Formats: sequence, structure tokens, C-alpha cells
Amino acid sequence: MSWYATAIQILLIGRANGAIIALVALGYTLVYGIIELINFAHGDVFMLGTMISLTIVTWVPSLMGLRRASQMPTELIPILLLVALLASMIGCALLNMAIERLAYRPLRRAPRLAPLISAIGVSFILVNIGLHWKGASPVDFPNMHPSVSLDIFRDVLGINTQIFFTVKDLLVMLLAVPLMLALNLFVTRTRLGKAMRATAQDREAAAMMGININQTIALTFLLGGALAGAAGLISGMYNNSAWFFQGFRGGLMAFTAAVLGGIGNIYGAFMGGLLIGVVAATSDFLLDPRWTQAVVFGMLILILVFRPTGLLGESTPERA
Amino acid sequence: MASILETRGLSKRFGGLLAVSEVDFTIEERSIASLIGPNGAGKTTFFNMVAGLYTPSAGEIAFRGRRLNGVKPNQITSLGIARTFQNIRLFSNMSALDNVLVGMHSRLKASTLGAVLRTPSVVAEERQARERAVELLEFVGLPDRDEVWARNLPYGDQRRLEIARALATQPALLLLDEPTAGMNPQETNALTDLIRRLRAELDLTIFLIEHHMRVVMGISDRVTVLDHGVKIAEGTPHEIQRHPAVIEAYLGRGASVAPAPAADGAGRPEPAAEADR
Repeated sequence: MSWYATAIQILLIGRANGAIIALVALGYTLVYGIIELINFAHGDVFMLGTMISLTIVTWVPSLMGLRRASQMPTELIPILLLVALLASMIGCALLNMAIERLAYRPLRRAPRLAPLISAIGVSFILVNIGLHWKGASPVDFPNMHPSVSLDIFRDVLGINTQIFFTVKDLLVMLLAVPLMLALNLFVTRTRLGKAMRATAQDREAAAMMGININQTIALTFLLGGALAGAAGLISGMYNNSAWFFQGFRGGLMAFTAAVLGGIGNIYGAFMGGLLIGVVAATSDFLLDPRWTQAVVFGMLILILVFRPTGLLGESTPERA
Repeated sequence: MASILETRGLSKRFGGLLAVSEVDFTIEERSIASLIGPNGAGKTTFFNMVAGLYTPSAGEIAFRGRRLNGVKPNQITSLGIARTFQNIRLFSNMSALDNVLVGMHSRLKASTLGAVLRTPSVVAEERQARERAVELLEFVGLPDRDEVWARNLPYGDQRRLEIARALATQPALLLLDEPTAGMNPQETNALTDLIRRLRAELDLTIFLIEHHMRVVMGISDRVTVLDHGVKIAEGTPHEIQRHPAVIEAYLGRGASVAPAPAADGAGRPEPAAEADR
């Protein structure tokens, strides 16, 4: 395989994983932006998203008396995908909102360490729910249709190349990109999005503009949870596995991405996610997958040392 | 004239500190009322209670007869009270226009779905909101600054933008917390004119905290003086200027040429302790 084909292949893999990381990173960055809390439970919400979609993907075919999703009629597959996506997004959105209501809101006026510890506690609870639900070993996340493993260049277009680009790769983009665009539209164009940005910048001043702060914060968790739910489905589909502990690694990667891009910055989380995805894929290939986490966190340390506000971040103004 | 804001026995306690103590206070509709007092007198605490950021420890606040105790800040805004802050608190990473649009939040109806799908009613509402925001920016003297980020505006313009943003909430009562702080004499005069126009052209009632005595005495109908959380005097600017308790609060006992007031009750009991001031 020629070096440039390798490079392109790494970019393609990195971009797919990066899109998943970016979706999770958006949840970190939105929540941090609005209440300055690193929501350590967020990675595990993402994990439960994978579990929810796995449940739908196996449960619906069993209702029809089939053993697996790939035996379903082809025309029903997009519907199954959509149902799994919606179930995961809604489930995670409500879960995240409930977490905020029960674990963070009562601590809103407490010292900053209190909600952080609460977040770690919630993370343990969610991990154990995942463990109890799907067991300790990674579970196979079945392909919904045989065609998702088809290589677009060779099998579909008939082009002879060494680069793999499967239908699944394409699907990741088709799901992730519109979600990010929708979030961006929501935040910049809508009244509630403006209210969110205003609340993030100055909560009391925003309240004085007639903005309901509790509702706006709940909305932020709702959005972050929905994106994590989508990421959960996409990750299960792309990696063909669901594991109760995947939220730990995925969450830390996404957190790194959010810091890399400048925590609190939506475009930053998006770029940081893609960048981390590509760095991880490069490390997987050039070094060894076992080194990847060390490389990613080495990067996090370098960012914190040399550019603590991230690539697109700016220093937060002091509050009076 | 009817009163727009009324407090009775209003107090706020922070631990052992009584920041505001049993203040009875009334503002008439369409008047300009000022609250003055030395630093730490409890003026901003009083404002924060009216705006709903603090809950009173005791006493009542009523706005047009409606009790405000325990009402949330965003609901108070919807009722028709708006404010600016002593230290400017704009949404610094938004354009001037967006700051004003955020101010309109509680007056707009567009749902999220409508805003994303851009239904005709939403588009019309948005256009009206933008037009109104541009008008407000012009009114406060910031024409053609719509797209400038708030934090890039000069200091005096930021104060004006804060007023425009408060006006966007469509208030009946506007609270201004030291609107001319840090301004040079020209800027101060221009802002004083703006405050007059707020009442003359928009029919607003203005309640301001101010340290510039020339501003206070020039525009106020009524002046109220707080010292150590206690209301020590109230009256027209003319009355306040020669009120012995006020002169004492600002300059210390002995500065007043007039004899100490017997009726006021706020006179300090130990003149000796005040002598070294």
C-alpha cells in the first residue's frame, strides 16, 4: 500500500471516529459553557446511548420473529435506523436532563468541587447500570444490513483502489454532519439559542432580560444528551460493539477534544473532535493502539501547558 | 399621581450585616427618582431586591400593586422592570444588535421549531424585532454599530448599549445603576439628556443610583438617601442639598453648618467618635 493511500485511509478512519468524538465533545462544551461544570457523567450517557440503540436493533427484529436485523426486509432498515436513532437521542436527552435536575441543580450554589464530585458519582452509577444491563464483556452490535460493509470505491463504483471507504463510513457522516449543522443553526438563529448563549456569558444579566435560567440550563443538558445519544448509535454501528466501559475512554477522548478546541466553544469542540480522531488513528497505525491513549493525553497536557484556552478558546472574562 | 413602585419595611440581612434596614419608599409613575448614599450604603442591594436577584429578609415590595417578594428575576422583567448594572454586564461576545435582541427574549413568541423551519410568522416577527432593535440602538445614540461586538465598543457606548438592551424588554420602570460612572463631563451630559428623553419620549419611570451629584440634582424629581442601610432623608433635590443628615452622612458630623436635626432620628449619638473623621 503506497504511503499516500495509507495517509488517506488514516484520515478517513480518523474522521469517522472524530465525528463521534465531536458529537460527545459538544455535550461537554455546551454544559461547561453554561454552568462551568465538567460533566464527567457525559461519556457514560454516550455509552447508554449505544446500549439503547443496541436494544432497539435487536429487539425490533425479534418482534418480527427474526434472529437479526440484517434478515429484515431492506426497505424497513432505514426505518429501524431512524427508530434506533430517535430512541437513543430522546432517551439520552431525558436522562441527561434528569441528571441535571437531581444531581447538579441542588448544588448550583455550592462550591465548584461539589457538583464535580456529584458528576463522578453519577458516572459510576451509569457505568454500573450499563454493566448490569449488558454484562461485563463487550457485546456485538450487529450490522443492520449486509450492505453497510460494502466498499463504495470497489464494490459500488467499481474503481480499483487500495483505500477502503465503506457505506458505514458514509453513514457516519450522513448522521453526524446534519446534527452538528442543526445545533449550530439552533444556537445562532433561534430565540432559545440566543438565550443559551446569553446565559453562558452572564447568568444574572440574562435573567434580567427575562430569560428563565433553570429552563435554559435544562435545555442545554437536553441538547447535549441528544447529541451523545446519536453518537452512541453511530459508535455502535461503526465499531460493531457495545461495552459498559466504553464511556470512560470515549468520554475522556471527547473531553480532550473539547479542551483542545477551547472548552465552551462549539466550533472548537467540532474541530477538536476531528483532530483527536485523526491523531488517534495515526497513532493506532504508526505506533500501536495501546499507545493511543497515552498520545491523546500527552496532547492534552501539551495543550494545557502551552495554550490553556484551546485552539479557538478565549479567556473567560472575570465575573464581578 | 399613582405610585409605580412601593416598598414597606424592606430589609436585607447578609449574616450579621443589615445591608438594608426597614426602608419605606415610593416612586410615582413617570418620575425620575434617585437613590444616593455613601459607598456601602445598601443602594445596589436595594436595587437587587427590586430586580429579584435578592429575596428580601423582611418587608414588602410592590410593583403597580403586585407583590414582588420571591418573584424570579425573569418574571419581574416580564412584568415591566428592567435594569442596567453598575459594572457593565453586556453579553460581550455578541454583536450590539444581538444584545438588544436577547433583551426582547420575553416579548417574542417564536417557537424553536418555527425558528428552524423559518415559518412566515417567525420571519415577520424576526424582521420586526430587528427593526425595533435598530431603532433602539439609534435612540440611545449608537447608529450603525449593529454588528460591532459589544466588548469592542468604547466604554461610554457600552453603557448606552446596556440601556438599549434594557429598553428591549419593554419596561415601565427602568433601574439604572450608576449610569455615568467613569464618564467624562461631556459623556455625562449626553447621558443625562438621554435619561430625560427616556421619560419624555418613552414614558418611562426612571429609578437611578448615582454618585455624580450634578446629575442627580439636575434630573431627579425625588431623591432618597441611604446610609448604612437606613433611609436618612427624602425629598426634592433642593431639600436634600441642605439636609443636615445628608451632609453629615457624606462629610461627617461637624461639616454641616446647620444645627443637627432633632426630628430625624438618624443623627449619631456620639459626636466625639465622629470627630476624627
